[in-house]
Amino acid sequence: MSRITTVFNTLRSGGKKALIPYITAGDPNPALTVPIMHKLVESGADIIELGVPFSDPMADGPVIQRASERALKYKVGLRKVLEMVREFRERDNHTPIVLMGYANPIEAMGQEKFAESAKLAGVDGLLTVDYPPEECKDFVSILKSHEIDPIFLLSPTTEDSRLDTITKEASGFVYYVSLKGVTGAANLDINEVSERVNNIRSITNLPIGVGFGVRDPETAKLVANIADAVVVGSRIVQAIEQSQEENILQTVGALMLELRAAINSL
Amino acid sequence: MNLYDMPDERGHFGPYGGIFVAETLVEALEELRLTYDKYRRDPEFLAEFAYDLKHFVGRPSPIYHAKRWSDKLGGAQIYLKREDLNHTGAHKVNNTVGQALLAKRMGKPRVIAETGAGQHGVATATIAARLGLECVVYMGSEDVQRQAPNVYRMKLLGATVVPVESGSKTLKDALNEAMRDWVTNISNTFYIIGTVAGPHPYPMMVRDFQAVIGVEAKIQMQEMIGRQPDAVLACVGGGSNAMGIFYPYINESNVRLIGVEAAGLGLETGKHAAPLTANSAVGVLHGNRTYLMQDEDGQIIETHSISAGLDYPGVGPEHAWLKDSKRAEYVAITDDEAMAAFHSLCRTEGIIPALESSHALAYAEKIAKTMSPDQVVLVNLSGRGDKDINTVAKLSNINLNI
Repeated sequence: MSRITTVFNTLRSGGKKALIPYITAGDPNPALTVPIMHKLVESGADIIELGVPFSDPMADGPVIQRASERALKYKVGLRKVLEMVREFRERDNHTPIVLMGYANPIEAMGQEKFAESAKLAGVDGLLTVDYPPEECKDFVSILKSHEIDPIFLLSPTTEDSRLDTITKEASGFVYYVSLKGVTGAANLDINEVSERVNNIRSITNLPIGVGFGVRDPETAKLVANIADAVVVGSRIVQAIEQSQEENILQTVGALMLELRAAINSL
Repeated sequence: MNLYDMPDERGHFGPYGGIFVAETLVEALEELRLTYDKYRRDPEFLAEFAYDLKHFVGRPSPIYHAKRWSDKLGGAQIYLKREDLNHTGAHKVNNTVGQALLAKRMGKPRVIAETGAGQHGVATATIAARLGLECVVYMGSEDVQRQAPNVYRMKLLGATVVPVESGSKTLKDALNEAMRDWVTNISNTFYIIGTVAGPHPYPMMVRDFQAVIGVEAKIQMQEMIGRQPDAVLACVGGGSNAMGIFYPYINESNVRLIGVEAAGLGLETGKHAAPLTANSAVGVLHGNRTYLMQDEDGQIIETHSISAGLDYPGVGPEHAWLKDSKRAEYVAITDDEAMAAFHSLCRTEGIIPALESSHALAYAEKIAKTMSPDQVVLVNLSGRGDKDINTVAKLSNINLNI
């Protein structure tokens, strides 16, 4: 059983919800990434979503775009990100890591080689924003043969017939994008999200994570009430951006504790 | 040769093309695909499109025999397809008219576009003004500087021009930003992509709207010389003017199709915009799989060309397919060669060509010299060069204030 599935099973049996923070690898500099990851776990992360910097992050809002640009100044690419995961695994062998990024760095490395190297480094899941299931059938098989969970996005506009197709390809969990827009856009509409999540639940047994627009502990709590996991990205990246380098760990830790407490208060 | 029937249902040209987008865009593209599928053969839609091309754009654009220039070169006869004479001064308007008519039928009150040289932005702003649609154009802030007259033109036409500061601040970043706008405003917005790139159905749809260039050329060449040319040349950035003139010629196997990319400072310097000629690696960007200029990590690298309209790291997926299948040849012309051809055409024929089109002209010069005077080369003169006079003056150290 994958680390991701194990985490969700444990949480489910304890009646708890997962908190999944996102950070961009290499932001604000490569040396801080692994320490930030450990801090995230220490302060309540169940799974870490680690962004792979890309020159053209089309689905991301300005906050994560800037994080990508900061990381790219240090030439942090996919190979470097995998090294970071390997380093993280030296001290943490249980927290699942989901890489999130775009197709081209994977294409450049080669799909097979990526899957091999990622597994070896200790990656558990992969969310490739611009690989819809129809365009990556072979790649999904490659990932599964290396025991990496392919995570797919579901959006407010995804039709039921597609929900079915996508959830059949996915494993680990599915990620519901809670608003029409890019990462970190406006606040989500909790009633709409609730309706959509219930609909997805009627189609799949996979755990459902909700993200894009979870900006504060209150929203995190509302989302945790309906979903299995709350994904917080831009808010954390923004905290990193706005902190002095020496305060980043502390700031991120404090923000995580607030989010964790809100989710646990259910 | 088998009849050419590309792309497939999901927009694949062999291994290229496709629909590589975030889930948030999938349904919008499906809606567009179905709408276009319905109208592409609808007589009423096609009649309205043809009417607008004739009366608003000024089609058919003539073919002109550049006799003095041909004689001077002493080789093949060079003919020019005069897309520079279209309303707004380039081929771009053919496609914006088509897509805007679709937007109208889909009931979308707002159109957005990306632009590099500004020609597509101007063409979009033009048709939006005519149809009373709100228009927002994304343009890299570098290009806003390089193409100031076109920025002003768009504003005169009532469009909002948004300078894009992210990444390399050029065309690719404008495209990223337009995609972000689209995903956010999907219910009321139609994204008018200006080239044969992007996710399906864009490469096919833009090609179809631009194919009027080649369809006319085939009739006109028959009338003028009683046969088809030996070679058809066009510049290739994303590749819409080239696809427009190539497409109706694909099954004419004795007509050479030559796409001319921007070699910038020279292919060997790495400062160019010629992914096909330089045999760049294949990858995924802006919704499709194609040849892409990238580094070993798969990051898209900055391109260089004297012409903003060719300054793009990728290329339309159908060109990638035509290269692999060897139906078309791809070559590259440096900044200096394009400039020389620009001046030749100005002085010899009284036509100021766009710097983009000057790349095709420069290669025409090269091959015409190797051919005999009874052979014919047809060049797509995709746009006029008024927008480039500041760039040319600057590079020639000419002070326009005197």
